[in-house]
Amino acid sequence: MVRAGVLLLLLIVCALSLVTSRHQARMLFVELERGRQQAQTYEVDYDRLQLESSTWSVPARIDRLGRGPLAMQLPEPGRIQVIEVPPSQIFSRGREQ
Amino acid sequence: MTFNIGLLSSRRKQAPMPELSPVRALFIFAVLGALFLVLIGKAFYLQWVRGDFLQAQGAARHVRDVEIPAHRGKITDRFGEALAISTPVKSLWAFTGKLNASDEQIKALAKVLDTSPQALKKRIEAAGDFVYLAKGVSPEVAEEALALKIPGLYDERVYRRFYPAGELTSQILGFTDVDDYGQEGLELVRQDWLGGKPGSRRVIINRKGDAVEDFAGVRAPQEGRNLALSLDLRLQYLAQTELRAAITEHKAKAGSLVILDAQTGEVLALSNWPTYNPNRRDELVPARMRNRALIDVFEPGSTFKPFTVAIALDAGRVRPTTVMETASGQWTIGRATIHDNSVKGDLTVEQVLQRSSNVGTAKVALMMPSEKVWQGLSSAGFGMPVNTGFPGESTGRLRPAKSWRPIEQATISYGHGVSVNLLQLARGYTIFTGDGELKPVSLYRTSGDVVGKPVISPTTAAEMRRMLEMASLPGGTGVRAQVPDYRVAGKTGTARKPEKGGYGNKYVSSFVGFAPVSSPRLIVAVMIDEPSAGKYYGSVVAAPVFSSVVGKALRMLNVPPDRSAVPIMLPFDGEDIMEET
Repeated sequence: MVRAGVLLLLLIVCALSLVTSRHQARMLFVELERGRQQAQTYEVDYDRLQLESSTWSVPARIDRLGRGPLAMQLPEPGRIQVIEVPPSQIFSRGREQ
Repeated sequence: MTFNIGLLSSRRKQAPMPELSPVRALFIFAVLGALFLVLIGKAFYLQWVRGDFLQAQGAARHVRDVEIPAHRGKITDRFGEALAISTPVKSLWAFTGKLNASDEQIKALAKVLDTSPQALKKRIEAAGDFVYLAKGVSPEVAEEALALKIPGLYDERVYRRFYPAGELTSQILGFTDVDDYGQEGLELVRQDWLGGKPGSRRVIINRKGDAVEDFAGVRAPQEGRNLALSLDLRLQYLAQTELRAAITEHKAKAGSLVILDAQTGEVLALSNWPTYNPNRRDELVPARMRNRALIDVFEPGSTFKPFTVAIALDAGRVRPTTVMETASGQWTIGRATIHDNSVKGDLTVEQVLQRSSNVGTAKVALMMPSEKVWQGLSSAGFGMPVNTGFPGESTGRLRPAKSWRPIEQATISYGHGVSVNLLQLARGYTIFTGDGELKPVSLYRTSGDVVGKPVISPTTAAEMRRMLEMASLPGGTGVRAQVPDYRVAGKTGTARKPEKGGYGNKYVSSFVGFAPVSSPRLIVAVMIDEPSAGKYYGSVVAAPVFSSVVGKALRMLNVPPDRSAVPIMLPFDGEDIMEET
């Protein structure tokens, strides 16, 4: 009788904990889902920003801005001085991979 | 259960049950049994007969398939600059029958979509059951439109591919269709690499429609992979600008320009004119879409002569100082006669190249058996595919040696009766810039050392570099290819275009060369098709393009000058040494 009662109690406790853990799992899942969505949004934003940066840095635009509003020009060959640097001290271009 | 039975039996002992009439008992048993059967029957009906339907209905209420989008890979230049990129945009659509918007709402929607209410109404009225109210708008615009809460208005996520470099790279990249599937160029051939496969997962949703649990297996999306091309966008721009200027100046029909990395065979720039803007699909004209440098073939003319000379040098048939009899300016082979138009006197082999003598080159070629010449030319890649994998790439044509008559061997030696594409011609020059190896060319960024196929000996290659430099110094046909600061080498070409029944009066001007000569970094090939503003010689039409491209490109790449800045001696107008092939 007593043993049965203990078992019954245990069963109820187990059942309730199952319910709570199940609920918790769902809450966490919702959290995860939100995180995923966020990640996706960031990814999309990243692509859009990259696209934007490429669009702004198109060579034709740089060329136009340099020659136009900024009034830049190529130096005459006579005004260029070449400095010999040992290869070990040359930094590769930043965007080189 | 023992518990229960114990209880019953103890009760039975205390109060014996009254007798039940058998008829009554049977009746009750039958009724209860029948009800039971009905229950079983109903259960059976629900489980097996209606089961699928009911399960589907249940699933429809709380299980949902969610697509996991996969996005098409980016295409970048060699430094990671984006050339093609897909970003999600929204389309707004509605079932016309269910669209129920007030005039206010239509007005507001028109404002969001940047159109007029009248146009929007007309669009809805003209449509059948289904109408797209806006296609490819930014997600922000779509959100604003949906915020108007117009019943029956929905959005849909689609990808749109953008090409920030526009017409600069369009002929190489090609473009994709509305489903973001490759249609042309590399977008088409690398579809499997670039294209993503969307995945899906099945989730349980709550009454608000949020996913609360993964229900069944998740099919992972296969993301499209990125593709790094060998192109350098800045060089590509330079190539395009200079090419376009030359084509405009000489009123030419078309033109192409290729820049190769002399060490690795990578294509750093590949430009054609005319071209098109892939972001404006409604203006597509097939002729503008053709990547001429890879697809079209032409007779190279004199830019082909160095190969003949190199084969003879390598075979030990001639030395650079061997004197060829060219004094008469013509040579009759069988019934045909070939001519030089500006050569006087006998020339050494190096002068033959410098002054671009047809007679001299033909004589060099005919000192060897046709089989030998053919073998040399085909190992330099002529008549052989370039294998870039580009759709529609041409192979060019070099007929088998057995079918050559002597006159054909003579004309092939100076680039007639043989056809090439521009990239193939540029690739051929890799045998001069290194140790005599033909480098494989690639449209994709490569890493590590590129091993070529030996064609001529390193000594011959060095001799050829010296002789080709001579050709671009005063006294040669390529003087206008010179650059301050850098030593350049190369060969001009002016070929009459073959027409029906012979050669007409239309020309292809070309120049192929490399720089700096002391340690070649770039090979540049220029081809101008049908210049028609009076000048048509390669030495005055194509060589200047080479000069400005190579000078600016080397400076951009920070290549140290290998020549002290000396003033360049250019001939006066009309005093150039001209060649006729």
